[in-house]
Amino acid sequence: MSTVPISYFLTLSAVLFALGVAGFLFRRNVITVFMSIELMLNAVNLSFVTFSYQLKKVDGHLFTFFVMVVAAAEAAVGLAIILTIFKNRKTLNIDEVDSMKD
Amino acid sequence: MDLILFGIFAVVAVLCAINVVVQTHPISSAISLVGVMGSLAVLYLLLGAEFIAAAQVIVYAGAIMVLFVFVIMLLNAGTEGKKGRSLMVQLLGAPLLVAFLGLTCYFVQRLFPQADEVHFGGFTGGTAKAIGEALFTTYLLPFEVTSVLILIAIIGAIVLARKEMD
Repeated sequence: MSTVPISYFLTLSAVLFALGVAGFLFRRNVITVFMSIELMLNAVNLSFVTFSYQLKKVDGHLFTFFVMVVAAAEAAVGLAIILTIFKNRKTLNIDEVDSMKD
Repeated sequence: MDLILFGIFAVVAVLCAINVVVQTHPISSAISLVGVMGSLAVLYLLLGAEFIAAAQVIVYAGAIMVLFVFVIMLLNAGTEGKKGRSLMVQLLGAPLLVAFLGLTCYFVQRLFPQADEVHFGGFTGGTAKAIGEALFTTYLLPFEVTSVLILIAIIGAIVLARKEMD
C-alpha cells in the first residue's frame, strides 16, 4: 500500500495559500477578494489537520472547527458590509471605495 | 492507492484554486471554490478527520458558499473591468509571491524530510465522539465564547444589511 509523505500535504497547503494571496492582491471585485480570503483559511485548515495527523492528537481538528466558525461569522458580517457598500456606492470595485485614503 | 487518491484531489484542488483567481466572473470563482472545498474534504478523510470533512462539506461548501452565491445574484455582479491595480502591486506582487511560495516549500522539505507517511486509517481520533469530548472538556471556554461570537455576527449582519444610509 503506497503512502503519502506529510510534506506533500503541507506543500499543497502552501500552494493554496499562495493562490489565495494572489487572488487577494490582483483581483478588484470585492466579492472575489473575499472568496480569496476563504481560500487562504481553507489552506491553513489543511495544515492544522495534517499536523493533527502527525502528532496523533485531536487538537488540530478543534482549531479547524473554530476557524470554520469564525469564517462563517466573518462571511455573514462581510457580505452584509458588501451589501451596504453596494447600496451606497453602486460599485463592487475596491479601487473605487477608497475614501479612507483621503 | 492513497498516493493516487491524494494526487487526483490535490490536482483538482490546485486547478480549481487557479480558476478562482483567474476567472473574471464572480459566479465562476464561487463554483470553483466549491470544487476546492470538496477536494479538501476528501483529503481530510484521508487524514482521518471524518468529522471535519463532514463539517467542511456542510458548513463551507453548503452554507457559506450558498451565502456567497446569493449575494452575487442579489447584487447582479458582472465581469470586472481590465483597469490594473496600483503599480507597486503589479511590479512586486508576483515575484514576492513566488519567493514566499518557494521559501515555504523549502522550509517544509527541510523540516519534514522523513516524517510520518500518511496512510488511510493511520489516525482514527477524528471521530465526532473524540471531537465532542475535547470540545466540552479542554476547549469548553472557547466553545462558549464562539456562541457569543456567532450571536454578535447575527446582530451585526442584521443591523448592517437593513441600515439605510443617505
